[in-house]
Amino acid sequence: MCTTCDCGLPGPQRVDVGAALLSRNDALASALRQRFEAAGVRAINLLSSPGSGKTALLEWLGRHWGHHHPMAVIVGDLATDNDARRLQAAGVQAVQITTGQACHLEAAMVADGLHRLQHDGVVLEQLELLVIENVGNLVCPAAYDLGEAQRVVLLSVTEGEDKPLKYPATFHSADVVVISKIDLAEVVGFDVAHARRHIERVAPRARIVELSARTGAGMDALLEALALERLPACA
Amino acid sequence: MDNVRELALEQARLHGASRIDGITLRIGALAGVEPEALRFAFEVVMAGSIAATAELHVQAVAAEAFCEPCHLSFAVESGLCECPRCGAISRRLLRGRELELASLELV
Repeated sequence: MCTTCDCGLPGPQRVDVGAALLSRNDALASALRQRFEAAGVRAINLLSSPGSGKTALLEWLGRHWGHHHPMAVIVGDLATDNDARRLQAAGVQAVQITTGQACHLEAAMVADGLHRLQHDGVVLEQLELLVIENVGNLVCPAAYDLGEAQRVVLLSVTEGEDKPLKYPATFHSADVVVISKIDLAEVVGFDVAHARRHIERVAPRARIVELSARTGAGMDALLEALALERLPACA
Repeated sequence: MDNVRELALEQARLHGASRIDGITLRIGALAGVEPEALRFAFEVVMAGSIAATAELHVQAVAAEAFCEPCHLSFAVESGLCECPRCGAISRRLLRGRELELASLELV
C-alpha cells in the first residue's frame, strides 16, 4: 500500500528484471558478426589509449600488406577526420566516425560506417580485413561488442609496463595484445619481460606481439595472430 | 546510461507504473564500467522522466575464475587471473562481466 498517505493506492513494488543493459548493442553486434563471417572478412576491433600507435600500425599495413590484400578501416574519434585522411594517404579505404561526446564506438556506429564504406565503393565480400579502430580510451570500449572476430589491445612502450594492471577489464577481453613502439623500448627503459608477465596475468586469453610500425618488426607475427596471410617475402 | 533509462522506462510501462523510485544495477568488476561514472550520469539522464527522483543502487559483482589444475574457483582481485594456490593463469572467468538491470521499484 501507499507509504506516503492513506490514499489506498498500491505502494512501491519491486520488480525483478535481470536484463542485460547492452542487449540492443549485443544483438546488433551478433548480426554484424554473421555478416562479416558470411562475407569472409576478418573483422578486428582495435583498442588502446590515445597515441599508442593504432593509426601508425594501420598505415604500415596499408603500405606493405594492403596492396595485395584488400583492407578497409572504420575509425572512431571524438573529433576531426585526421585519422581517416592519414589512412587514405596510406592507400587504405577508410571512413571516419566522429562520436562527439561518446568515448567509445557502438555496434550501430559500425553499421553506419559499413554503409558509408559501401557508398565509397567498398564491397565487403572482396575485403580480407576490416579494422574498427576504436576511440582512444582503455575504459568504456571494453563493454561494447562490435561484432569483431578478434579484439586487439595496444600498449605502447612509452606508457609503462604496469598499464595492463590499471585497466584490467579492457585487457581481460583481449585476444591479442600488441606491445607497440618496441623500437623505443630501450630508450625509455621499458622492461619487455616485466610487461609480458603483467599482460599474462590480466589478459589470460591473449597472444602477445611485440611490434614497431616504424621498422615493421613484428608485423608478420601480428598477421599470424590475426589468422591473415603473411607478408610477401620482399616486403 | 541511456540504455538504463530505456530499459527502465520500458519495464515501467509494461507494469503500468507511474513512477520509478529505485533502479538496481548489477555490475561486474570486469564489465568495463565505472560505478562512479554511472552515478555521475544518472541524474542527468533520468531528468524529466518518471525516474527523475529514482535512487540508483549498484550491486557490485566480484570477479571469480576457475582454476583447472586445482579444480577450484578463486576470487579475481584487481583483474589478476592468477590462481592464488598454484599460480596458474585461468582463462575461465565464472563471474565479473555482468552489466544488468537487476530490479526496479515501481509505484
